[in-house]
Amino acid sequence: MSLAPGSADAVVLARGLTKKYGERTVVCGIDLTIPRGGCFGLLGPNGAGKTTTLRMILGQAPMSGGTLSVLGLPMPAAIREIHARTGVVPQSDNQDPDFTVVENLRMYARYFGLRPAEVAGRIDELLGFLELTDRRDARMRELSGGMKRRLSIARALINDPEFIMLDEPTTGLDPQVRHLIWTRLRKLKASGKTLLLTTHYMDEAERLCDQLVVIDRGRIVTQGSPRGLIDEHVEPHVIEVQGETAHVVPVLGNIPGSRLLTVGETHYCYARELGPVLARLESAPQLRYTHRTANLEDVFLKLTGHELRE
Amino acid sequence: MTNMGLVLPRPQASALKIWQRNLLVWRKLIGPSMAFSFGEPVIYLLGLGFGLGQFIGEVNGIPYFTFLAAGLLAASAMNVASFEGMFSVFTRMTHQQTYDAILATPLTVDDIVAGEMLWCATKSLLNTLPILVVAFLLGAIHNWSALAAIPVFFLVGLCFAGPALVMAASAASYDFFNYYTTLLITPMFIFSGVFYPVATLPAIAQVLVNILPLSHAIALIRPLVAGQVLADPVLHIAVLLAYAAVGYVAASIFIRRRLIR
Repeated sequence: MSLAPGSADAVVLARGLTKKYGERTVVCGIDLTIPRGGCFGLLGPNGAGKTTTLRMILGQAPMSGGTLSVLGLPMPAAIREIHARTGVVPQSDNQDPDFTVVENLRMYARYFGLRPAEVAGRIDELLGFLELTDRRDARMRELSGGMKRRLSIARALINDPEFIMLDEPTTGLDPQVRHLIWTRLRKLKASGKTLLLTTHYMDEAERLCDQLVVIDRGRIVTQGSPRGLIDEHVEPHVIEVQGETAHVVPVLGNIPGSRLLTVGETHYCYARELGPVLARLESAPQLRYTHRTANLEDVFLKLTGHELRE
Repeated sequence: MTNMGLVLPRPQASALKIWQRNLLVWRKLIGPSMAFSFGEPVIYLLGLGFGLGQFIGEVNGIPYFTFLAAGLLAASAMNVASFEGMFSVFTRMTHQQTYDAILATPLTVDDIVAGEMLWCATKSLLNTLPILVVAFLLGAIHNWSALAAIPVFFLVGLCFAGPALVMAASAASYDFFNYYTTLLITPMFIFSGVFYPVATLPAIAQVLVNILPLSHAIALIRPLVAGQVLADPVLHIAVLLAYAAVGYVAASIFIRRRLIR
């Protein structure tokens, strides 16, 4: 494998990564270089190929083409060694329903060849870190969705991994739990671990990711830092209006230096200058609007389109 | 990578972690697990053994109660491994996604299959043992050689685990297992010598029955339970081991296809 300059210490180095299911190509030869340290985001609409890419990096989906090394080791040849140094938070929680919280962690440690006595202290630490200490003897059916998710994160850390893969870690959780998880993930980042995160929450990606790629239909659409991508792709001002297209387009359409994007009943007017847009809005006082700065969601909508994906 | 399924499986000692996981869960669910494995054979033993036994007396020089007990022990070892390998493995593979969780650790599909087969065999032993005790308490067993049947329960479980895992890997839902149960398990239970000697069947049926493994399990367990001399033990053990070996390779291929996509 030939290494690109500066990629010698990459945690994930993929070249031409391809996955085909029969005639259907789900991942079309993507190149990924995930540097050591920090949080790397893999963004894209449903069905874009995020989870398949993650599964290939983990060795759970054989590659149809390309080369892949993880932690400097070849995948899949070194799969056992790679997994020994990796933590995985899966998209859906898959703890053992017959075990309690602490039994789940102990059993998972055994899969890594760690004895319960060796990891007793670490388990206490992880339960504290994810605020599960008082649930240590609870069974899975007694846990809320947020607690199960936190247990999934604790379990992924049982082997003290260098590299942690998280597949939509906060999907379906309430805001309090999401904030708790974000705080913990930032702490993990600060402690020098490398995070690879998939999400379709753009606020989450903006908060956590240092670098990200947006993939769509199995190809990389763009990559960079969240701030860099926003500056590159989107005008600084965004006016959001709710309402019927017939009422909004005559007001906000065709303003020089701006463009209008409609997603369902929400209209986004992207403008380099705020003045002309506000002038138009003054002439239509019946329209309620919000003005905000551009964010990653705007980049996402611009690059992946606004039609529904399933 | 497309030929991955054709490579011979390479399990490591860590496969025992899968076995250990299942043992820990079994300990928690020991009540329903035992009731399921234990109830039916004991009812057969009481109902048919005492009932029919009155009329039949002896078969091949063995009291019918003992003859039947030995057959039911072999059938129990078959059933326990088959049901664990189908229903429980399917649950761990699909609804619980236990294997997805395990495949994120250093364990591999080959370890999972090896661990599950060892576990199915162990469960055959554990859940058949109480039936042996009951058969003894009811007066069906008079020979210490019956203790030598215990490792055979394990071997029988190992033999039936592989095909059951192949079924689990091929199933879309639990209903799929009805095919295997109706087309193979039940016919073996009825025709392979649990209730009467295979020799009473027409010659062609005997050939079929002897290709299937349960008759070989019974050929080992019955003489041990009844205190008779074992006939062709090497042949019967070899057949059971061959089923186990082929079953392991086949199960590894099928489970890999299901999990690694």
